[in-house]
Amino acid sequence: MVENTIHATQAVVTLDVALPGIIWGWMITLNMWAKSVGTGVILVGAFLLYRHKKDEMPNIRWVMPLISFIFLNIFLLFTLVDLHQPYRMINIFLHPHWTSAITVGAWMASLFTGLVTLLMLIGGLDAFPDVRRHCPFAKKIRSISPFYEKVFPFVVFLAIPVTLYTAIIMAESSARELWQAPAEVMQMMWAALLAGSAALILVSKNWSQEARRDLAMVLAIATFFSFLMYMGEYFFSFKSAEAEATLAYVHAGGEYNAEFWFGMILGFVIPFFLALSNMKSDNKTLLRFTAILALVGLYMAKDVWLKIPQMLPLS
Amino acid sequence: MKLGFLVDLNLCMGCKGCEIACKVENEVPLSSWRLRVKYIDIGTFPDTSRSFTPLRCNHCENAPCERICPVSALHYLENGIVNVDNSRCIGCAGCMMACPYGAIYMDPETNTADKCTYCAHRIESGMMPACVVACPVEANIFGDIEDDTSHISQYIMAHQGDVQVRKPEKHTNPKHFYVGGGAQTLNPLAHQRIEGYSLFNKITHLDAIGDKNHGVLDRFLAPFTSHGEMDNKSFMDFENDMNAHGSHEEEGGH
Repeated sequence: MVENTIHATQAVVTLDVALPGIIWGWMITLNMWAKSVGTGVILVGAFLLYRHKKDEMPNIRWVMPLISFIFLNIFLLFTLVDLHQPYRMINIFLHPHWTSAITVGAWMASLFTGLVTLLMLIGGLDAFPDVRRHCPFAKKIRSISPFYEKVFPFVVFLAIPVTLYTAIIMAESSARELWQAPAEVMQMMWAALLAGSAALILVSKNWSQEARRDLAMVLAIATFFSFLMYMGEYFFSFKSAEAEATLAYVHAGGEYNAEFWFGMILGFVIPFFLALSNMKSDNKTLLRFTAILALVGLYMAKDVWLKIPQMLPLS
Repeated sequence: MKLGFLVDLNLCMGCKGCEIACKVENEVPLSSWRLRVKYIDIGTFPDTSRSFTPLRCNHCENAPCERICPVSALHYLENGIVNVDNSRCIGCAGCMMACPYGAIYMDPETNTADKCTYCAHRIESGMMPACVVACPVEANIFGDIEDDTSHISQYIMAHQGDVQVRKPEKHTNPKHFYVGGGAQTLNPLAHQRIEGYSLFNKITHLDAIGDKNHGVLDRFLAPFTSHGEMDNKSFMDFENDMNAHGSHEEEGGH
């Protein structure tokens, strides 16, 4: 109906104030990406420990929580840095508002990071018995070594909501229609499995071939389903006109179109086939290259999905 | 008591008196607006018309900004106003992502979220909001929508069928109504907002969210440095603006 289109009506804003552009930028992309790695290594690590003996992955007991600790701290750092009043972060703990997924997430992520730190200390000090041999703190940590196996299942369980709460924040961001899709929850989970397997691949040099094959399998499955979910959102029609208008920033070409397809091809399609081939032939170098591609592609895909909904005028 | 607002767009003449009154009353910094009047031109010459739409916080009964705020800086008052406590705000901008009406801004002086409060401080003293007082044609109508005898309730009853809210599909239950509005005025997707397109000034986007001279490090150093405060003079770097753009004529200014 041509009379309902903008061209027919020629409705044009002729006087208005400057509106905000992208509010949550690259720091939030990095924040989400780092959290995917931080929780993903725990989830994928738990899967490996369930499937294989510890002897096949001699350093996993300390390297897994170490990677998680590093990336969780990157995530927490950029969460803090992105605040316009960083010192008031404490208000989340002093004046929590429990309907906010930001509050619930901050509490869960803090607890999760605390437990991962404990696992890292126990795992690290057990793996290197000569380090800080006479330090009272190290002695105390070594004395609670069996606690690792007891607390680990709880950490794995907690990794799931810590992975998913960002999707709830996006669901609560009701001005950004593109994020209201239920697929966001699954995208977060697949992103964690993708990032976790890719990060562990980078440290799996001395692991058994079977363990590496499992990592390649998780990476292949995660890239496959991540790609399918993005394609579903890209091609299928949404109910909301705002989500359609948002996707036009990708459909219509331009920088976000290029970044999106780079992310899809480099991050999901190529790693999928490379990971599949690695399940048959154990090529460590190629697998590491695959892991790096997947991590880069995941960042690009997340970056586009974060930014395009913010470009739509809300009023 | 549930306070609400109604704007009769048939009466509004786009004088922007409400905008200025709001700015002055609430000391809203340059580059920020609690209330703005948007001009939209419709049609093709010679069959054209211009509509004026005052836009402010909708004080939703089911406010997404209140729900997402992690520290309850955004909170309800008993009279239905969605108020904001700047001293508690952490500046996460979650509310800016949640508000479907783009009514919340990051104050460049305090680096905290802020928005229209229906002049809650004036209401408390028994006065009307500044924009209501300033309107020369009484297009802004304010009052208790739970009181059947109030002016706003009577107005809504008298204009049944022509009373609208923005984005009702969001289920935010706004307490801000429009009479005489259409899709072109109330739906941002039904009109084009062309960057650079101008009547009196350039249509554009903000350079930064909050204080543009306040980088990441400054956020941490602000409590320890003396130049943490920002005032309106910071925006008046005319010399650099001239160098950057050549002249005001080039900017399309009058």
